[in-house]
Amino acid sequence: MESLDPVLLSRLQFAANITFHILFPAITISLAWVLLYFRLRYDRSGDESWMGAYRFWVKIFALTFALGIVTGVTMSFQFGTNWPGYMETVGNIAGPLLAYEVLTAFFLEASFLGIMLFGTKRVSRRVHILSTFLVAAGTTLSAFWILALNSWMQTPVGFEMIDGRAHPTDWLAILFSPSFPYRFTHMLLASGLTTAFLVAGISAWRWRRGDRGGDVRVALGTGVRLAALLIPLQILVGDLHGLNTLHHQPAKLAAMEGIWETQRGAAAVLFAVPDETSRSNRYEIAIPGLASLYLGHSLDAEIRGLNDFVGEHPPVKPVFFAFRLMVGVGLLMLAISWLSALQIKRRGEPGRFALGVLVAMTFSGWVALVAGWYVTEIGRQPWLVHGVLRTADAATATPAGRIGLTLAMYLSLYAVLLTAFISVIFHLAKKAGESEQPKQMNPVADPFHAGVGVADKERAQHGAGRSPGDDGGRSPEERRDA
Amino acid sequence: MPDLSQPAGWLPLVFLVVMGLAILIYVVLDGYDLGLGALLGIADEHDKDIMVASIGPFWDANETWLVLGVGVLLTAFPLAHGVVMGALYLPVAAMLLGLILRGVAFDFRVKAQAHHKPWWNRAFCAGSLIAALAQGYMVGLLVVGFERSAINMLFAAFIGLGLTAGYCLLGAGWLLIKTEGELQIRAARWGWRALWFTAFGVAAVSVATPLLSRAIFDKWFEVPNLFLLAPIPLITAVLFVFAAIVLRRLPAQLAQGKHAWAWVPFATTVAIFILAFHGLAYSLFPWIVPQRMDVWQAAAAPGSLTFILVGVVIVLPLIIGYTVFAYRVFWGKATHLEYG
Ligand code: HDD
Ligand code: HEM
Ligand code: HEM
Repeated sequence: MESLDPVLLSRLQFAANITFHILFPAITISLAWVLLYFRLRYDRSGDESWMGAYRFWVKIFALTFALGIVTGVTMSFQFGTNWPGYMETVGNIAGPLLAYEVLTAFFLEASFLGIMLFGTKRVSRRVHILSTFLVAAGTTLSAFWILALNSWMQTPVGFEMIDGRAHPTDWLAILFSPSFPYRFTHMLLASGLTTAFLVAGISAWRWRRGDRGGDVRVALGTGVRLAALLIPLQILVGDLHGLNTLHHQPAKLAAMEGIWETQRGAAAVLFAVPDETSRSNRYEIAIPGLASLYLGHSLDAEIRGLNDFVGEHPPVKPVFFAFRLMVGVGLLMLAISWLSALQIKRRGEPGRFALGVLVAMTFSGWVALVAGWYVTEIGRQPWLVHGVLRTADAATATPAGRIGLTLAMYLSLYAVLLTAFISVIFHLAKKAGESEQPKQMNPVADPFHAGVGVADKERAQHGAGRSPGDDGGRSPEERRDA
Repeated sequence: MPDLSQPAGWLPLVFLVVMGLAILIYVVLDGYDLGLGALLGIADEHDKDIMVASIGPFWDANETWLVLGVGVLLTAFPLAHGVVMGALYLPVAAMLLGLILRGVAFDFRVKAQAHHKPWWNRAFCAGSLIAALAQGYMVGLLVVGFERSAINMLFAAFIGLGLTAGYCLLGAGWLLIKTEGELQIRAARWGWRALWFTAFGVAAVSVATPLLSRAIFDKWFEVPNLFLLAPIPLITAVLFVFAAIVLRRLPAQLAQGKHAWAWVPFATTVAIFILAFHGLAYSLFPWIVPQRMDVWQAAAAPGSLTFILVGVVIVLPLIIGYTVFAYRVFWGKATHLEYG
């Protein structure tokens, strides 16, 4: 273990922990809003389908939330255990932002979560909806604070250095640092897409198994439409985000694009293997002039290359590939969500092929989201706080053996938990189908017969006779402890 | 001590109080649910669901007080945070492991396939135990100023056991309030046993602490202090005796359907925790890293502290308000949990 250096291990450990953590907030942030939407739709229409969707997804929400909390508690210790130099240097700025996150967001979501999950019988309908809203608002607010901090680390402003420590001079500037609006929007959209594909994917899976109750139908429709709505926005915001990066972190952008020489009319590199020893791309496939066009909005705009930042730029390969992975998944999302949405519009349900792809893309949001964070975070290296603090200077003095030991512990725990999480989601989906089927199954033999969806939709609309607020009787199989 | 009329003088003290309050609330609130988790290991199979249900709506918010405590350490005393967390690296990791196991088992135990349930129950119990032991161990190391001699580590391990017993006592007290019938009577018996371990732990720690730390010895045994402080151990002792008498009688009373005293063990235990906490706080003040870094040396810049203080003053009462609201919503005996 002695040969491994503590800085590298600290980085690995931090990266492993935050990567694992973000998987769950990515879902809860937007699933909370989706649940609120289900709940409100039910209240409006009295259609049991919406309540069924709510009941199924609230279980997954609770599970995801629990994982989000425990991994988040881990994160709050990681700053001190792994980056003592970080708090010593920028604690005056990072500290208050983290403190506000705890005070305004964590308590809100944690306290009202109990009422949201278990309080239906104990509070009025109004208070229950309000609690659901507060949980959703709390998760979004916590994303606000943590992203404000992360954005400040990428593009620091509003402070002065006194005796080697950062002192705030303008809190508004710190909160709304130049990259914040883009990062916050991009992240919220990413969360929305992660949830949209999760909901669509699991619903498609149930659908393909013949589990076609009204609840599965509305969830599938919601997931697909949400994805189709968000992905164009995401691509637009991503593009703007890139322009902003070009301006503030040119070395990161050069690594993302794989551009070595400063040039006018830079080509957009579709594929290549960047090689840092020869400082060039191998196997390059590129479209001339395109990068200058979408980054500089003119065919001969100047783009600075990596050779302008020798020794000061991030490792090129991971940034380059992670960026392509994210954009690639984004384009796939665009294609499949629009295809499915059109098919639903025309035929009432997605076709066989689209359903298959939706199932395969159930967790695609995670892939793009983590890839995106790797672009952002590795792209910031060698800086921890851009231009202020180097990563190597903030690392812990803890012996490598101890970091390695705890790292191994976290990794094995996370492997178990991730497996359990995914298999339990499918287990719940299967079980929900089994208990619903006798009640709500479509009595049609050929599941892919066009028209089924339409008839079913009509039935759902007209057959809504329940009064709002009536929770309805539930079969014993559906009742469960949490 | 610096000039207390200046912000740089009083702000760190205010944050020390906020941090202390957060930790105290955490210890009491998460204490009962960790203790309950530990008791799950000796509970009957059919009681487990209702035990877990009794903490269902609360455990998440309870744990958030830990995040606040660490958050204040991190934000108000950034220089100490690194030192403390570095010195406690392994026990912190162990505690996190425990909290993770416990938190996820809570949901997995009812959502996973039925034949996995006993494993998640075990994870729930083991996680709670690990977290409680690790927390006590850390308190022990803090008291001895993070010096790892064999005797100090033994002492810390002992505090770990004592704190775990204390948590079990809180957990049993909680069950006495939130449950009925057989389980409630069993909780009284668990409380009775946990009480002895706790009392023994508190007594031993009170004797050992001044012996291990010269500075703490001087603080308690100088002449005016000795008499001024005497009420703390005396009241604690009285409370222990009182709790013992109540717990002794409770099973018989409960069996006859008399519930008037059921809340007393919990309340008494909370009072004991508050007193012990104050004793400890007095011993350690003004050090945040004993004998090395005091609160003023560790504090963040006054500008940053003022910025947070505004938030604390506005938000903390709100948090306490809706915490009380949540407890009122779930007032009364625990029922099986179901999603609406
Ligand atoms: C974009 C969103 C986002 C990001 C980048 C992070 N988190 Fe997070 N975190 C959340 C969004 C979130 C959330 C949605 O608010 C969670 C997820 C589930 C939950 O309970 O709240 C949460 C939970 C959560 C908790 C538990 C809160 C509780 O007790 O209820 C803590 C302590 C942290 N996080 C701390 C961190 C730290 C120190 C991070 C950075 C290094 C971090 N999170 C990154
Ligand atoms: C939520 C998604 C996030 C992911 C997936 C992520 C991922 C990563 C990765 C992979 C690294 C290691 C980079 C390297 O060492 O080459 C890293 C570093 C780091 N990130 Fe993030 N990060 C996220 C969010 C944040 C946020 C919100 C903050 C702070 C507010 C943050 C603070 C840091 C710090 C302090 C480091 C240490 C420096 C380093 O290892 O390079 N990260 N992160
Ligand atoms: C398809 C078009 C997309 C483009 C052009 C794009 C662009 C970008 C850029 C330029 C960055 C780096 C920002 C920086 O730190 O400098 C980034 C980061 C990121 N991307 Fe994307 N992105 C796209 C799609 C997606 C999708 C589909 C997701 C997830 C569902 C996603 C999630 C993220 C996340 C989580 C980050 C890190 C946080 C941040 O910096 O905002 N992106 N994206």
